[in-house]
Amino acid sequence: MRLCLLAAVALSLAAQTPPASKEGAAPTGNAQNGKKIFESYGCYQCHDHDGHGGAGARLAPNPIPFAQFSRYVRRPAGEMPPYTAKVVSDQELADIYAFLGTIPAPPPVKNIPQLNH
Amino acid sequence: MAKLKKNSVNRRGFLKGAAAGTAALVTGTTAEAQQPETRPSAPLPSARSLAAETAPVSAAVEVLTADRPGSDFMVDVLKYLGFEFVCANPGSSFRALHESLINYGGNKTPELITCCHEEQSVAMADGYAKIEGKPLAVMAHSTVGLQHAAMAIYNAYAGRYPVFLILGNTIDVNARRPGVEWYHSAQDAAAMVRDYSKWDDLPISLQHFAESSVRAYKISMTPPMGPVVLVADSDLQETPVAPELKLHIPKLTPASPPAGDAAAVAAAAKLLVAAENPVVLADRAVRTADGLKLLVELAETLQAPVVGGKFPTRHPLSQAGGRALLANADVILSLEVPDLWGTLNTVRDQLHRTTTSIPKSSTKVISVSAEDLFLKSNYQDFQRYPEVDIAIAADAEATLPYLIEACKRLITSDRKNAFAERGKKLADAHRQGIERARTEASYGWDSSPISTARLSAELWEVVKDKDWSLVSGAPSRLWNVDRVYQTSTGGGAAGVGYGAPASVGGALANRKHGRLSVSIQNDGDLMYGPGSFWTAAHHRIPLLAVMHNNRAYHQEVMHIQRMANRHQRGITNAGIGTTITDPNIDYAALVRAMGVYGDGPITDPKDLGPALRRAADVALKGEPALVDVVTQPR
Repeated sequence: MRLCLLAAVALSLAAQTPPASKEGAAPTGNAQNGKKIFESYGCYQCHDHDGHGGAGARLAPNPIPFAQFSRYVRRPAGEMPPYTAKVVSDQELADIYAFLGTIPAPPPVKNIPQLNH
Repeated sequence: MAKLKKNSVNRRGFLKGAAAGTAALVTGTTAEAQQPETRPSAPLPSARSLAAETAPVSAAVEVLTADRPGSDFMVDVLKYLGFEFVCANPGSSFRALHESLINYGGNKTPELITCCHEEQSVAMADGYAKIEGKPLAVMAHSTVGLQHAAMAIYNAYAGRYPVFLILGNTIDVNARRPGVEWYHSAQDAAAMVRDYSKWDDLPISLQHFAESSVRAYKISMTPPMGPVVLVADSDLQETPVAPELKLHIPKLTPASPPAGDAAAVAAAAKLLVAAENPVVLADRAVRTADGLKLLVELAETLQAPVVGGKFPTRHPLSQAGGRALLANADVILSLEVPDLWGTLNTVRDQLHRTTTSIPKSSTKVISVSAEDLFLKSNYQDFQRYPEVDIAIAADAEATLPYLIEACKRLITSDRKNAFAERGKKLADAHRQGIERARTEASYGWDSSPISTARLSAELWEVVKDKDWSLVSGAPSRLWNVDRVYQTSTGGGAAGVGYGAPASVGGALANRKHGRLSVSIQNDGDLMYGPGSFWTAAHHRIPLLAVMHNNRAYHQEVMHIQRMANRHQRGITNAGIGTTITDPNIDYAALVRAMGVYGDGPITDPKDLGPALRRAADVALKGEPALVDVVTQPR
């Protein structure tokens, strides 16, 4: 668990980097299929069903640039298991990325009474 | 040996009558045999039993009762040791002790707590010890009871919590009834758990029982604490005490916990006072309210950040982000950290495992731990060998007063100014950390399944103005934790099935203090021993249990996913054998069936707060309650 959290910290920092340089532009993806395989391929296990993070890093809203995202998924530097092209195609990665792009921002903290004590 | 009391009972006469009836049925020649069949209310004894029971007996074996069994004296011993409760699932190997407790002992101090499984009994004792700081007694039924109890004993052992286990057993073959009682006897009954209990004994006399009980209690309570096992032979329990036998319960004198050697403490203080970026790892450092005050005093004396363990969460020196602090540390003070190597190093769980040291190679590490005083070989709970610069083999809490004084003696005005500056920076970091935690908690706020952050925040809303105690599960960083009884660690050996019974044990300890006991209950854990909730209902143990129901043994889901990814195949199959769905379990209905208030499953986050408030009202009235919340995985 501790190890997972350390990896989460590393990727969480990445998740907060400014989005989408030209080089990192994402290919067109099908968000609906992305949502489906985010579940079936087990991404939700560490990143929760909406990509908000859990044992793994927060992926959404505002996902990191696609190139960085893709590179990490293929060859993770931390605890994440690798998702090679043999099990997740480039198109499927684009679909997942498109799904992450649809996750809305949370309500502002100041509007949540339970977080303001 | 005392004489057994002679008594006449009518059972023999009853049996004779039964024998006649049986004979009639067998021959089928009586008038009654021609009548329509009427079913007897209970099976009649066999011919063999009847022969044994109705044959003439000598006056010597006609003695059937006893006024003062050995088990009465055993109860005297348990009362002397001050046990409030004895947890047990009934078993014939301790039937005399059971009867003595409830009749001779009046079922008060100790009171018998009925458990549904021996693992539950021991885990309850573990959870109780975490709150109350002393052991419960547990009775277990010889071979089978101990095998059931074993996992919980290992959890208590690895967590270093005291449990006083009394194990029924029958040594003398003449005293065993044929058949089952042989399966339920062993020549060395405690052997099975000797690798993970602190001490055990097999007393062969009542005086021996008294001495070994007092010794066992003392051993279990001397840091590092642990479970002890005392075998109570059934003959010893059931044989009457001879009137002329003089029995004596020895005085219990608790051992002072070992404090650190003065020279080593002075050397540690020198390093700490000179350090620019010290870090205190507090893991199991604090056992008592006084220990908590001492840890705060040490941290404030040095203006050093404290990571982990029991430390007030709103204190500016309470710091998250342990990795960054460790990476920047020049001196690390480790207080009772069971896995120090694992705290100071990372191991990547990839095909080729690589390790990285988090602190710099120049960082000095001081360890204060009673673990160095007590180790066994077989089970590897001692973790990987940590390299340290000063190793103080002593109890951390007992050493803190000396360490604080040694530090104070060395602090110059220059150092005091430097500490003040460090304290300001740490206070800023603390504030920023809380703000980050708030922001992080907002992500997924309205998600369904419900985020664990929202579950935690809604639960805090319910308990924050009460005298609360989280008896299972971890509080979020946003909770204000400032009392030693407000948090409990999980099972020491991470054996699943601990949370439910340990939380009931913790709640049992909290009951007399009037605290609101709260637990965050995992679904997989609950299914190991749901009977704990029946015990809570039966004994009116108030508890607000909130399910973290992710419908899986989720850590295992992730492990299987890791293997599938590594092997580049079947990445959609990780749920096979690891999830708890199809059908989903209705936990609210499960506990309702045992007389516990149950609500849920809650899937809409908007319903969570009201459900928790309803359940809290039940707990505040003195009853257990459970709210099933369907959650995100983590």
